[in-house]
Amino acid sequence: MATSSLSPKRDARRSLLRVSPKPTLLLGLLLLAVFLAAALFPAQLAPYEPAEFDYTAIMQPPSAAHPFGTDNFGRDVLSRVIWGTRIDLQIALFTTLFPFIFGTLVGALTGYYGRWLDAIFGRIVDVVVVFPFLVLVIAIVAVLGPGLLNMYIAVSSVGWIYYARLVRGEVMVQKKAEYAQAARVMGYSPARVIFRHLLPNAVTPAIVYLMTDMSLGILLGASLGYLGLGAQPPTAEWGVMIADGKNFMVTAPWVTTFPGLALTAAGLTFSLIGDGLADLLRPRA
Amino acid sequence: MSEALLRVENLTKSFPVKEPLFGRLRGSPKRVVRALTGVSLEVRRGETLGIVGESGCGKSTLARCLVRLHEAEGGTIEYDGADVRALRGGALRAYNRRVQMVFQDPYSSLNPRMTVSQTLAEALTVHRVCPPREVKAKIQELLELVGLPPSAAQRLPHEFSGGQRQRIGIARALSVEPECLVADELVSALDVSVQAQVVNLLLELQEKLHLTVLFVAHDLRLVHHISHRVAVMYLGNVVEVADTDTIFARPQHPYTQALLAAAPDLDPAKKSVVAAVRGELPSPLKVPSGCPFHTRCPHAFDRCTREKPGLLPHVPGHLTACHLYDAAERHRLAKGEALQT
Repeated sequence: MATSSLSPKRDARRSLLRVSPKPTLLLGLLLLAVFLAAALFPAQLAPYEPAEFDYTAIMQPPSAAHPFGTDNFGRDVLSRVIWGTRIDLQIALFTTLFPFIFGTLVGALTGYYGRWLDAIFGRIVDVVVVFPFLVLVIAIVAVLGPGLLNMYIAVSSVGWIYYARLVRGEVMVQKKAEYAQAARVMGYSPARVIFRHLLPNAVTPAIVYLMTDMSLGILLGASLGYLGLGAQPPTAEWGVMIADGKNFMVTAPWVTTFPGLALTAAGLTFSLIGDGLADLLRPRA
Repeated sequence: MSEALLRVENLTKSFPVKEPLFGRLRGSPKRVVRALTGVSLEVRRGETLGIVGESGCGKSTLARCLVRLHEAEGGTIEYDGADVRALRGGALRAYNRRVQMVFQDPYSSLNPRMTVSQTLAEALTVHRVCPPREVKAKIQELLELVGLPPSAAQRLPHEFSGGQRQRIGIARALSVEPECLVADELVSALDVSVQAQVVNLLLELQEKLHLTVLFVAHDLRLVHHISHRVAVMYLGNVVEVADTDTIFARPQHPYTQALLAAAPDLDPAKKSVVAAVRGELPSPLKVPSGCPFHTRCPHAFDRCTREKPGLLPHVPGHLTACHLYDAAERHRLAKGEALQT
């Protein structure tokens, strides 16, 4: 194929990556790999069992035997942080996946069809956004009962709104573009126009928000875990661990610090990836 | 050649104006932009009909109504005997295959995420223009047809210049083998040097493929160059239709005369004789009563403010919507002039 010698990068044009990724994105992916390893192989990586009591080593500060120290039951904090990764990544995924898919779908349809569909959507949005997100989620969990599954249900039933709003606005802009009108003049079905032409050009902000939302999801899961509405003790979950350790904050700060750091690092990971993806997914003009 | 392929009669279209909530509460009357106020037009098989007019005169709205991007409100569109406005589903798809459109903006008319070959292949497969295994060959054929290199197939729109993108747009429209092409300001976004290339391509294709072309433009010289016949639009109306040579040599409607006089001429020896039109284009929110042009017409008389002139063949083959050419008025005006002298 004849390509211009001016631009050696052109050969990579068929691949998804049309621009070289930023170092921050690579850092994000590296961190993600670390978290995934911890989530997939906790038994191999963790030096102790997460729920193994050791009454001979209660509230030990970090040492060679217990790099992150031990908590009030003598459980190894490092092992619990590693086992907690699995739960918290699962929370990140399940609190965002359904809202992303369903919200994108609703946003695409309301943005494309407008009129009464959009009017109904607008009223639902009004109802939901008058409540602070966390308060609404807590209320729903309180009704359904505490636990991870009910937390997913609660977050999903509220969270899709934000994706839908994002995608709706973007679809409304894109459908006015001439390529979308050309697709209609081509006689393509609405489904084809929406999913093949509009959505690929409208979904980028939602994907970027998905990444941010994943870190928010972890924080939310940890918050609800802390409040006793999410994961239940003795499950090794970062929020639950922080809640458990809060009474010994002064005497044994490592019990709360390390799960807190893990939480922060996970949030950072998704933010870095989201930021990097935003650059990669932006189409060339 | 003389058979009418597309017949538009008394087509109307208006767009509601979004009033601020406060105004609505105060009970302000609902305002509408009257984009088309009774357009009548005939396009003959195999011809190029140029549609000219100032911006805001409704030419693009007309083009979009013809391909059903907009739904007209009143009047009829008849294509090859079929009522276009009543087409639904499969029949509409079949119509869209026969009547295609090329868009104005080369920078937004192509899906930025699809390569040229994806764009063309989609049209070819959805409409089953050719068997799947021939799609690749057909794409190359189309690229050659519009003068693009075979390597263009694998590229994304952002790798092309404006002129090349318009060629891709033409290739996309031609991929479904239409009979009629609606070109809405095809080249107005391009550099003048590139305009000629694209327009000549269109002329060439029209000849080769026996296309019927509706060429919507505001550039009179382009329209002169490309069209067999020209329709002049003013404020949602067609005010004059005639052969290109006739309309440029002997324009009848005062608006056409003014439009031609206002067009810049590169020949300094020619001086414009007719005074250019005075005043601003009235807002399509408030279309004047009677003849829409009477507010700016140098020849307007009282009948013009009351009665809208019909588009009539005052001279055979030359349609004009103007009371000046009405036989009775001519007689009266001639008498008036005789009295004055």
